[in-house]
Amino acid sequence: MASSLIIGQYVPSQSMIHRLDPRTKMIIIFLFVVFVFFANNFMSYGWLTLFAAFTALSTKIRLRYIAKGLTPVWFLIVFTFFLHLFVTHEGDILFRIIGFPIYSGAIAQGIQISIRFFLLILFTSMLTLTTTPIEITDAIETLLNPLKRFRFPVHELALMMSISLRFIPTLMQEAEKISKAQASRGVDFKTGPIKDRIQAVVPLLVPLFVSAFKRAEELAMAMEARGYQGGEGRTKLRALAIERIDWYAFIIFTFVLTGLFILRQ
Amino acid sequence: MNQTQIEFRNVSFRYADDQPWVLKDVSFTIRSDQSVAIIGHNGSGKSTIAKLINGLLFPDEGEIIVHGTSVNENTIWDVRKKVGMVFQNPDNQFVGTTVRDDVAFGLENRGIERIDMIQRIDSSLAAVRMKDYLLHEPHRLSGGQKQRVAIAGVLAIRPDVIILDEATAMLDPKGRQEILTTVNEVKQNHPLNLITITHDLNEIISADRVIVMNDGEVWLETKPRDLFTKEEALQSIGLDVPFSAKLANELKRLNIELERTPLDQKELLDALWTYHLKT
Amino acid sequence: MDISFKNVSHTYQPNSPFEYTALNDLSFSIDRGSYVAIVGHTGSGKSTLIQHLNGLLKPTSGQVKMGDFTLAPDEKTSNIKMLRKQVGIVFQYPEHQLFEETIEKDIAFGPKNFGATDDEIQERIPKVMQAVQLSEDLLDRSPFDLSGGQMRRVAIAGVLAMNPRVLVLDEPTAGLDPKGQKEMMDMFYSLHESEDLTTILVTHSMEDALEYADHVIILENGKKFMEGNPEDIFVQKEKLQQVQLDIPEKIAFLKAFEERFSRDMPYVHSDMKQLAKTIQSVVKGDEIDG
Repeated sequence: MASSLIIGQYVPSQSMIHRLDPRTKMIIIFLFVVFVFFANNFMSYGWLTLFAAFTALSTKIRLRYIAKGLTPVWFLIVFTFFLHLFVTHEGDILFRIIGFPIYSGAIAQGIQISIRFFLLILFTSMLTLTTTPIEITDAIETLLNPLKRFRFPVHELALMMSISLRFIPTLMQEAEKISKAQASRGVDFKTGPIKDRIQAVVPLLVPLFVSAFKRAEELAMAMEARGYQGGEGRTKLRALAIERIDWYAFIIFTFVLTGLFILRQ
Repeated sequence: MNQTQIEFRNVSFRYADDQPWVLKDVSFTIRSDQSVAIIGHNGSGKSTIAKLINGLLFPDEGEIIVHGTSVNENTIWDVRKKVGMVFQNPDNQFVGTTVRDDVAFGLENRGIERIDMIQRIDSSLAAVRMKDYLLHEPHRLSGGQKQRVAIAGVLAIRPDVIILDEATAMLDPKGRQEILTTVNEVKQNHPLNLITITHDLNEIISADRVIVMNDGEVWLETKPRDLFTKEEALQSIGLDVPFSAKLANELKRLNIELERTPLDQKELLDALWTYHLKT
Repeated sequence: MDISFKNVSHTYQPNSPFEYTALNDLSFSIDRGSYVAIVGHTGSGKSTLIQHLNGLLKPTSGQVKMGDFTLAPDEKTSNIKMLRKQVGIVFQYPEHQLFEETIEKDIAFGPKNFGATDDEIQERIPKVMQAVQLSEDLLDRSPFDLSGGQMRRVAIAGVLAMNPRVLVLDEPTAGLDPKGQKEMMDMFYSLHESEDLTTILVTHSMEDALEYADHVIILENGKKFMEGNPEDIFVQKEKLQQVQLDIPEKIAFLKAFEERFSRDMPYVHSDMKQLAKTIQSVVKGDEIDG
């Protein structure tokens, strides 16, 4: 209940982006990541930023929340900017900071690279914000399906992923419960020398493993009782379908790419 | 074929050769038109019976026959089509990432067509009143709701027998009540053979017959009403009787003989009123 | 120790889409040595409440006082470990916290963390084993070899070995069979008496709250819904029904009996035998109160 992990966590909504087929989202994001590197002037970067902003707004998730999810990477973005500021020697010298010459090209470069970095992270986090992990699993399963021909265990992999996803919240709650019980018995997880803190993990891990094994055993039994015999002859409820909205997304994205190639130098 | 649906013939079971017997020479038959409760203290072997019925475990001695089929390695998949089970821990039987996916799991395993699947998911979730939760994730559901989903998962495969293996033991009173109500509603609308395994005597009231287990043996087979007169004997094997039966037994000691042992408070009051009018 | 909650609220993950207020402006006080039952549905805030008792959580507003310890939003509580030593919490399904190779080591774990000497621990172990009614012969065994009920007793022994002044019990009988439940509740009651403990029982069982507690707090949606003596609280059938709580079976029966026989049947703390006698005199038509 009190888990504080919110970075990139799925936020339910009925927005257009949420409703897109996960494969559409994954393909577009993949292409976006590639084509960001084709932008090379302010016009083309501005164009892509506009597109990213448009997408972010369409998710109907509060922008403040999206920004909060990006907090850990702000530092990297700023760092990238300063790195370029100091190492790029192009254009005219504008001014000096403690003796270091700052070139006009460096500022341009720094801004552009930072924007590129920012766009990459913003866009990929949009996938996890608007797509449930199980949808991502489904998309991976269908996208990997051709590999079945090479005896790659696609079904088993997908089942494993989906069961893990199903049990992550359960095990996190459990870990929290056990750590609270042990803290009540005087374990200090937060302070003290490193050696003690490593030792403090034992009373947490042992019960967690015991319980995870018990759960696995009971789950296996329940799955068997419910008739699970492997992937052979199984049907599937979840069916991904490319719909009209997905085609619109592809058309819009093609338009964005065309714009990019017109605007770049 | 006769009416006998599930038959245990001199069944013994233990987990390993060097371990004590969990079941010792257990024999009984459960008819398909009855709902039966199996009760016993923790560790009396009652849950082992459930696992033997659908071939999750196999007996060391004796034979188990379900619907005319002897349960063994070759027949388990046929047997499991007929027997649906709901287990104790609501979390450890929830396979899907959402309610809908979980109910679908058993159907997918049986290769049911997608169109049919959607229709069955809808109707079985409606039967347990969980239709509004179709896309909910398990960790956002209460224990009672998870167990209702588990019942829906069983109903969807349309079994002949449903076993509730301590399905309420980990629930709060509200959840427990939800399950009892759900089960009663389901029983009214679907003809099925219900086996309830429990240590809560309040849950056996609506059963036609009770099998009492103690230390791996059948201690008694009887009707709930008759069982409730054996308060002290039940207490000696770690069980108890419900409040109204307890009070009735106490009154009996004061020479107030009611015409029959009450199953619930309403019956007790009626009986007391009748008694009062007679004196 | 005396316990007081003053306008305590607790909000999880504030300012996120997952923001959730579990306790809402809660105030009450508990006197040293009393046996208090906290009753409410799952999600009413009970588990958040008990985590404030030993500083696992701090209020996000308001103030908790545990004896001399104060828990408040911006204050850093000094020596929280001393508080935890004095407040033993038996969590729901406490057997899940066992981890040592032997029962003895697991029981010694808590006291050791709180700085008890080996001698003190060796002195306490037989006492707590006796308190939870387990044989000392088991001490060298692995806790994982025991039955579920025995494992729970070991976990409880581990909490008792800390020598707490306050004992917090979160649904201690969940999953036990009727005999196990009764034994467990009786055991806690005799510990409450003999060790002069302040006991806080979180329960769904109205019967247990009526039977053992001398004070009841009913929570609903993180707020205090009712508070008082069990005898006064549990007769208020209509009010309890507003929050979908049942009244204890015994009181429910007396109420139904009152209606049917048009007789006042006030609840008095009594066992089945006495109750049967009262019923006997009414149904036989004897006048009891002239």
